Amino acid sequence: MSKIRFTEPNREILARRDSIINDLTRLVDPAGLITSTDECRAYETDALTAYRKMPLAVVLPKTTEEVSAVLKYCHDTGVKVVPRGAGTSLAGGAIPSEDAVVLGLSKMNRVLAVNYDDRFIRVEAGVTNLSVTAVVAENGFFYAPDPSSQLACTIGGNIANNSGGAHCLKYGVTTNNLLGVRMVLIDGSIIDLGGDYLDSAGLDLLGLVVGSEGQLGIVTEATLRILKSAEGARPVLFGFPSCEGAGKAVADVIAAGIIPVAIEYMDKAAIEICEAFAKAGYPLDVEALLIVEVEGSDAEMDATLADITAIARANGATTVRESRSAIETAAIWKGRKSAFGATGRVADYLCMDGTVPTGKLSYVLAEISKIVQRHGLRVANVFHAGDGNMHPLILYNANDPSQQSKAEAAGDDILRLCVEVGGCLTGEHGVGIEKRDLMRYQFDDADLVQQIRVRAAFDPRWLLNTDKVFPLDFRCQG
Amino acid sequence: MQTNFSLTALADAHVSESEKILRACVHCGFCTATCPTYLLLGDEADSPRGRIYLIKDMLEEEKPATPQVVEHIDRCLTCLSCMTTCPSGVHYMHLVDHARAHIARTYTRPLPDRLLRGMLAKVLPFPGRLRLALRVATVSRPIRKWLANLPGGAQLAAMIELSSSFKRRRPTRRLPGATVDRPRGRVALLSGCAQQVLGQNINEAAIRLLTRHGIEVVQPIDEGCCGALVQHLGYESRALDAARHNVDVWTREIENGGLDAIVVTTSGCGTVIKDYGFLLRNDNAYAQKAARISALARDITEFLHELPLQDGVRTTGQVVAYHSACSMQHGQQVRDQPKSLLRRMGFVVREVPEGHICCGSAGTYNVLQPEIANRLRARKVTNIEKVKPQIIASGNLGCITQIGAGTRIPVVHTVELVDWAMGGPLPDVLEGCLG
Ligand SMILES: Cc1cc2nc3c(=O)[nH]c(=O)nc-3n(C[C@H](O)[C@H](O)[C@H](O)COP(=O)(O)OP(=O)(O)OC[C@H]3O[C@@H](n4cnc5c(N)ncnc54)[C@H](O)[C@@H]3O)c2cc1C
Ligand code: SF4
Ligand code: SF4
Repeated sequence: MSKIRFTEPNREILARRDSIINDLTRLVDPAGLITSTDECRAYETDALTAYRKMPLAVVLPKTTEEVSAVLKYCHDTGVKVVPRGAGTSLAGGAIPSEDAVVLGLSKMNRVLAVNYDDRFIRVEAGVTNLSVTAVVAENGFFYAPDPSSQLACTIGGNIANNSGGAHCLKYGVTTNNLLGVRMVLIDGSIIDLGGDYLDSAGLDLLGLVVGSEGQLGIVTEATLRILKSAEGARPVLFGFPSCEGAGKAVADVIAAGIIPVAIEYMDKAAIEICEAFAKAGYPLDVEALLIVEVEGSDAEMDATLADITAIARANGATTVRESRSAIETAAIWKGRKSAFGATGRVADYLCMDGTVPTGKLSYVLAEISKIVQRHGLRVANVFHAGDGNMHPLILYNANDPSQQSKAEAAGDDILRLCVEVGGCLTGEHGVGIEKRDLMRYQFDDADLVQQIRVRAAFDPRWLLNTDKVFPLDFRCQG
Repeated sequence: MQTNFSLTALADAHVSESEKILRACVHCGFCTATCPTYLLLGDEADSPRGRIYLIKDMLEEEKPATPQVVEHIDRCLTCLSCMTTCPSGVHYMHLVDHARAHIARTYTRPLPDRLLRGMLAKVLPFPGRLRLALRVATVSRPIRKWLANLPGGAQLAAMIELSSSFKRRRPTRRLPGATVDRPRGRVALLSGCAQQVLGQNINEAAIRLLTRHGIEVVQPIDEGCCGALVQHLGYESRALDAARHNVDVWTREIENGGLDAIVVTTSGCGTVIKDYGFLLRNDNAYAQKAARISALARDITEFLHELPLQDGVRTTGQVVAYHSACSMQHGQQVRDQPKSLLRRMGFVVREVPEGHICCGSAGTYNVLQPEIANRLRARKVTNIEKVKPQIIASGNLGCITQIGAGTRIPVVHTVELVDWAMGGPLPDVLEGCLG
C-alpha cells in the first residue's frame, strides 16, 4: 500500500477554490487555466505513477510576467504552488497536492537567442532538452547533459533536478553547463542569476538554484553553454560473463584516469529488454554489458580504446564490438535511452537512483540482487556506471498491493546501502516525495537545518513544492 | 501503470484489451515530445500520455464521456506518432479506437457536430455521393466566409476550402482491373472511395506499374470503403461491417484465382486493412479470414520494392521532398521503401525536417478541427519548403490534398512519379513544372 505520506490539505484553501479560480482567470490567458476535474486529472501525477493527487487547478502561463502575477497572487493569498515541466520526474517531484496550483511551463517553449561566437543559447524553461541540441546541431554544436528522458524533459526540470545523463561523465551535469537563469520568486519578483558566461560575479546563487527542486523559485528562462561536437564518436560494446567483472572494469578504467565520454552498464535482464525494443545488436550471451563511448580523432579514439579494451579483457570481457555505422550507433543509444520505458513491456518498476563510489560497484550490485531477492522480487540494472550512478529497476506488479510495498521496502534498503558505502540517495532524479523520508539517513539534523534555512530565505511561507525534499515533520524547526 | 478495473468490467473483451494496453504504459512522457497537438498546445491533456490517462479514468469508472474528455480525444489526429516513439509498445491506436466507440455510445454531441459527422460518414465512403458533394462545394465557394460564422460553419467552410485544391485533379469513374499475358503474380488493388473520385490518376499509375512488371490486377466491383473514415468518427459497428464486407470480397478473389497481395495506394486505408485481423478477432466467423487479409495487405511501395524492378526510361534528377504520411511511417512503419524507389528512378530525394509530425490532414481531421489542421499545414509547408524541392511526393491522398492547399509546389503521389519515370504519362499537376 502507499507508504509515502501526504499532508492533509488546507481546508480553508479548498473552501476558497471557486474564488481562487476566479482570480486566476484575470491573471493568465483563458487557454492556460485548467479547472475541470477531467482535465486536472491529467496533471495528478508524473513518472512516479504509484502516487497521485488532484491539484486545485493548473495554470500554463506563456510569459515570465504571467508566472510572476500567479506567484505573487499565490504568495499573497497563501496558496501552494507546484512547478511542473514535462512531468518526467521519477521521484514524484511534480506531483501536486489538493490545495496547490500546478504551474506548468509547457507553453513556454521558445528559443530566445543563439550565440555561436560566445557559445551559448537562451531558451524558455519549457523547451525540451533534446530540442536545444536540435537547434544548434546543424552548426555542429550540442548541449551536453543528456538525460535518457531528453526527448521529453524540459530544461526547467533539468535545472531543478540537476539532471545528468550518459555523456555527463566527460562533460559534467546540468550545473556544469548552465550559465544563467531568469527566475521568479514566490513573491512575484523576477531575478536574473549568472550571465552569458561561466562563473559570473557575486555569490554563486545560480549553483544554489540548480538542484533545488523548484523550492526556491520558478525558472522561466535559462542560458546554456553549447559545445562544438567532437570530430568523431564511437560506442563500443563490452560483454562480461559476470556482473562483478563488469563492475570491476568500470572501477579500473576510472582509477586509471581514463575519462571516456560515457560508460553505461546493463545487466542481463536489461540487455534482453533493450535488445527486444531497439535491435541494437547487444550481446545476449553475457551477464553484463558496458557501453563505452570514446570520441575525438580516429587516432585518439584508437588509443583510448586500446587502453580500455586491455582493462576490460583483464576483467574477463568476452565480447568487444565497435559500432560500425551511424545507424548502429543510433540504435545502441536508442536502446540504452529507452531502457526504462522498454521495461514497461515486461513489468511495472520502481527506478532507484543511488550513487556509490565506483570502487564499490561490484559489491553494491551483488548486494542489490540479494536485497531484491529477499523481498521476493526481480531487478534489472541499467545505469551510468562511470559516475557510479546506479538505477536498479525493481520489477513488480503495480496491481498487487503487497508487491508494491515489497518493492518500496526493497528500494529503501538499496538506498540505505548506497549511503552506507559512502554514496548518496540521489544521483540525478532528485528527492521529490520518493526519498524525502530517507533524507535523515543521509544528513544529520544540523545539515538539514542549514538547508532549510536557505530554503526559507527564498520562500518563507513554504508555498513552493511544499511537501517535497524535506521530511514532513522537519519544516517547523527551520 | 496501475489500473483499477472491476472484474465485471474486465469480462468485456474490449475492456480487457484496453486494460492490457494501459498496463504497458509507464507514464514516462516520451510520447508527449512527438505529439503534434502537444507541440502546438502544450497541455498534458492534449498529449498521448494525457489522453491515455483520461481514457483510463473514463473506462475504469465506466463513466459516460464528458465534453472535456471528448474535446481532447477529438483533437487527437490519430497520427500514431506516439506509437513510433513509445518504448513500451503501448498500442495507442487500439486504445483510442475503443475510447471513440465509448464516446459514441455514451455522449451526445451538440447538433451541428452531429450533423457534420453524420454527413461525412454518409458521403465520403460513397463515390457517387462524394461527386455530388463536390459539385455542391464548388457552387458554395462564394458563400464560404458567410458560412464560417454559423454554428459548425467553420468546419463547412474548411471543407469547401479544401475541395478547391482538387481542381486540377479530374474526377473520374472507377477503373476496371488489368490482365497481363502469363502473369507473374496477381493482386487486388484497393479502389479507395475518395480516391476513386479525386485521385483516379493514382491508381491508373499503380496499374500501369504493376502490369508493366507482369502483375495481374483485379479490382472487385463490389469492394467497399475500408472503414477507416467511419471508424475514426467512432462508428464502430459500421467500421466492422465495412471490414467484414471487404474480407468477403477479397476472400472470394483468393478462392477464385488467388491473391499474392492486396495492394493499397492510400496509406490511411492500408493501416486499417492491416488491422482487420485485430478488429474482427472476436468474431468467430471472420477472425481467421480477416487475419489472412491483413497479412496480405501491402502498401504499393512495399510491394514494388519486393519486385525485380525495371529501370527508368526518362531523364529525372528533379529534387523531390518526400512527405511520409503518418499512416505510412507510424501506422504501417513503412519508411524507406518509397524513398528508395524514387532514388532508384533517379530523383534526388530530400528528407523533410520534422518529418515525423503530421501535416494536419488525418482523414476528416482537417474538416473537423480546421484551426489545428491549418497550423500544422503551415508548419509542414514551411519545413518542406526549407529543402527547396521542385516536387513533393507522398503516398496518401489526404496529405496530397492538405499540403497542396498550402503551397505552389506541385504535390503528387509517389507512384505517379515512379510510373512517369518508367514511361508513364506526366502527372497533370506537373505539366509545365519540370522545365
Ligand atoms: C524514462 C526516464 C528516464 C530518465 N532518465 C534520466 C536520466 O538519465 N538522467 C536524469 O537526470 N533524469 C532522468 N529522468 C528523470 C527526469 O526526466 C528528470 O528529472 C528531468 O529533469 C525532469 O524534467 P521535467 O521537465 O519532466 O520536470 P518535472 O518532472 O515536471 O519536474 C521535476 C521537478 O522540477 C521542478 N520544476 C520543473 N520545472 C521547473 C521550473 N521551470 N522551475 C522550477 N522548478 C521546476 C518540479 O517541481 C519538480 O520538482 C528520467 C525519467 C524517465 C521517465
Ligand atoms: S511513451 Fe509509451 S509508456 Fe511512455 S507515456 Fe507514452 S504511451 Fe506511456
Ligand atoms: S495519435 Fe498523434 S495526435 Fe493522437 S495522441 Fe498520438 S501523437 Fe498525439
